[in-house]
Amino acid sequence: MTLTADIALESRDVAVDLVVETGETLALLGPNGAGKSTVLAALAGLLHPRGTVALDDRVLSDTGTRTWVAPHDRGIALLAQEARLFPHLDAGDNVAFGPRARGQSRTEAAATAARWLDEVGMTAHAHRRPHELSGGQQQRVAIARALATEPRVLLVDEPLSALDAEAAPEIRDLLRRVLAERTTVLVTHEVLDAALLADRVAVMDAGRVVDTGETTRVLSRPRSDFGARFAGLNLVRGVASDGALLMADGRLLHGLAESPVADGQPVAAVVAPSAVSIHLTHPHGSPRNSLDAVVTELEPHGHLVRVRTDLLSADVTPAAVAELRLHRGSAVVLAVKATEVHLHPSRPLSLA
Amino acid sequence: MTRPYAVRAPFAVRAPVTVAALTLLAGCSQGSAGTTGTPQDPPARTLTVLAAASLQRSFERIGSDFEGDHPGVTVRFGFGGSSGLVAQLADGAPADVLATANEPTMDTAVAEGLVAGEPTPFASNRLQIVVPKDNPAGIRSLGDLADPGAKVVLCAPAVPCGAASVAVEQAAGIDIRPVSEEQSVTDVLGKVRSGEADAGLVYVTDVAGAGDEVAGLDVAEAASARSTYPIATLTRADDAALAEEFVAAVTGAEGQSVLQAAGFAAP
Amino acid sequence: MTRLPSLTIPRWLLVPAALGALLVAVPVVAMALTVDWREFGPLVTSEASTDALWLSLRTASVSTLLCLLFGIPLAVVLARTTGAAATLLRSLVLLPLVLPPVVGGIALLQAFGRRGLLGDTLDVLGLEIAFSTTAVVIAQTFVAMPFLVLSLEGALRAAGTRFEDVAATLGAGPTTVFRRVTLPLALPGLVAGTVLAFARCLGEFGATITFAGSLQGTTRTLPLEIYLQREGDPQAAVALSLVLVGVAVLVIALTRARRDSLVAGAT
Repeated sequence: MTLTADIALESRDVAVDLVVETGETLALLGPNGAGKSTVLAALAGLLHPRGTVALDDRVLSDTGTRTWVAPHDRGIALLAQEARLFPHLDAGDNVAFGPRARGQSRTEAAATAARWLDEVGMTAHAHRRPHELSGGQQQRVAIARALATEPRVLLVDEPLSALDAEAAPEIRDLLRRVLAERTTVLVTHEVLDAALLADRVAVMDAGRVVDTGETTRVLSRPRSDFGARFAGLNLVRGVASDGALLMADGRLLHGLAESPVADGQPVAAVVAPSAVSIHLTHPHGSPRNSLDAVVTELEPHGHLVRVRTDLLSADVTPAAVAELRLHRGSAVVLAVKATEVHLHPSRPLSLA
Repeated sequence: MTRPYAVRAPFAVRAPVTVAALTLLAGCSQGSAGTTGTPQDPPARTLTVLAAASLQRSFERIGSDFEGDHPGVTVRFGFGGSSGLVAQLADGAPADVLATANEPTMDTAVAEGLVAGEPTPFASNRLQIVVPKDNPAGIRSLGDLADPGAKVVLCAPAVPCGAASVAVEQAAGIDIRPVSEEQSVTDVLGKVRSGEADAGLVYVTDVAGAGDEVAGLDVAEAASARSTYPIATLTRADDAALAEEFVAAVTGAEGQSVLQAAGFAAP
Repeated sequence: MTRLPSLTIPRWLLVPAALGALLVAVPVVAMALTVDWREFGPLVTSEASTDALWLSLRTASVSTLLCLLFGIPLAVVLARTTGAAATLLRSLVLLPLVLPPVVGGIALLQAFGRRGLLGDTLDVLGLEIAFSTTAVVIAQTFVAMPFLVLSLEGALRAAGTRFEDVAATLGAGPTTVFRRVTLPLALPGLVAGTVLAFARCLGEFGATITFAGSLQGTTRTLPLEIYLQREGDPQAAVALSLVLVGVAVLVIALTRARRDSLVAGAT
């Protein structure tokens, strides 16, 4: 189910060209007002863009041939920032709405709804009205409702931004689980969401895609100036091992898990470059993590210098660069406190 | 210089707008003689006359003649259904003269103590069949009105013209089944004029006033339901002498000729 | 339970607010005080009165149904379209709201009257609208529909298209969205609009008397009966007015209770 879109909306100054492969999650990452939600609305058929949108061989909209498939015939579900549960229906009926609209009988739809409510852990709340549910619970029901229609493509718009800090990790975890193997476009301004949920990232700024590529690459080595301003996080992938991240080369990165992870499960560690310090030898009375690395690049980063290595980037003062005589090819030791390393359950590495 | 208000008092021309407006308000609440005016003019006085709607055109004519003969006097009219006018007076509406379309209504006013002195009959009116000019139902006589195919509109029995219609029916020994029983003669005339109804019973003066769009057919039995119009001065009149003068103008030769030109008969 | 106004209301506002409330309350109370309660029963149960009440309830119910039938689609179209044509349509649909009902009645005559625009067509079809109960229903629908449209359109605009968009992406076609999302979400507005429309139908006078006429049991609704009684029997008019007030209060109270339960369920 490959989604291709080459669309423009002049009135909103948005023009993008996207391809989402079958089973892949593409994150549209950018600040508020970059045009991300506009792109989603255009893909869903809620706006009329110029250009073409196609799902495999089926053209959904093409201004050239005046083709137009109405939103309800596209098989594209939209999961919005707010849950937007129908206020006059209880949780179960909300989830059953899509299956009913697609022709399932009342009984079948109820069964479908029950299955998906169970999937998102909301079975106990099936008969609650939306106003009786917390924000996180509402978002769970909304996820179930979107998935119950068996969409060929799922569009997800800032699913965590309306949630409080406690609910967000749970829902992120749920999304990671249900988005696996689903063709998805995920809109977010949170680098972390893109890091943990997406296979590929397209960075959007002012209505245009300014950088696109595999998630780890875009986030750690942004090619656009814009991307660098908010990305530049160190992202390390591996599997969980005794509360730490086990890298492919067998080294361990100790950190704090945001939510419990079982050994062997894929995890990603996120580390801010400002939290990484550079030494020439292993420091004494060391932090939990001290790792050997080789400097690959030095570049100015505001008043600091960003030192890129084959493992993590570190932001240090120009004075430190001079004192340590850092240059390309320097062998260094990177030190990071375990409290500065955030471990998250992650997508498997296979697609990278 | 435009006159901002439809006030015929001479002061309105030169008085500042605010004064004019205030005086207008005061006039509304008192409805009687004003006091403004230049010293060399006779004092400005206002006479308020409430009269049956059927008298409108005749009385407006008589009123303007009266104003011509009485410099400084403004005659204001309130036209409407007679019973409604009496009800207004009973509720305290200020007026100097009352003229009704029948005697029972005037009797009510007398009984309520609204009338000063004795009412004077000054005109009479009788019913006529009114049909649209092309007379689509081919109405020729009163008997035709009882034809179930004809759409006839009458006044409701509760209002004077309706009571008169009932009297005519009884005198002719027929039973008219109207498609509508209207509130006033004007409503009956309107329904016939617009062609919605085939015929109606209205006063001969209404037919005369409606022009070419309708035609009137005389009814012999109407004599039995002739209604007499009385006029009287009111106890609350501010200027009883002026009110008497107006009554005299209506009952006098000039007034009578205006009324007869409009189709009214002598009382 | 009524709580005292919060501090955010300027105190001086309470004076005009109280005066406004009194302006409505005093006349109604005065009416209740004036009526002769010993005579009340006989006055309101006369054949003419019960005919008028029954006719009013019947026609107002049918007219309200017609308002729903045509008004709901109109409101949806107006709420979900933009542009010059929509603006023009909106002004047109809301016109009866600002027109004097008499003007509405005259306009209806020009359209559906015997000599009106559609008169010949209706004649060929064997439909006689003038002086029929159908005319009453048309007049009521004409004047009341804007209340429903305005109220529902407001509710639809307030609800926005967010839920409709979601429903569409869940695979619901336009009809399903309308039936299962749009209407249920606008239900409080729809109920309020229906009540307003029904009340307006019940109170309709001017367009009815102009367009439909006035005949007991056929076209003389309660307001027409009240107006007619004013001429003959003012006490009966006051008593019937109280009946109309009672019916209106009952309708508002019932739907308010119902709407409160709906709103409580929906939020």
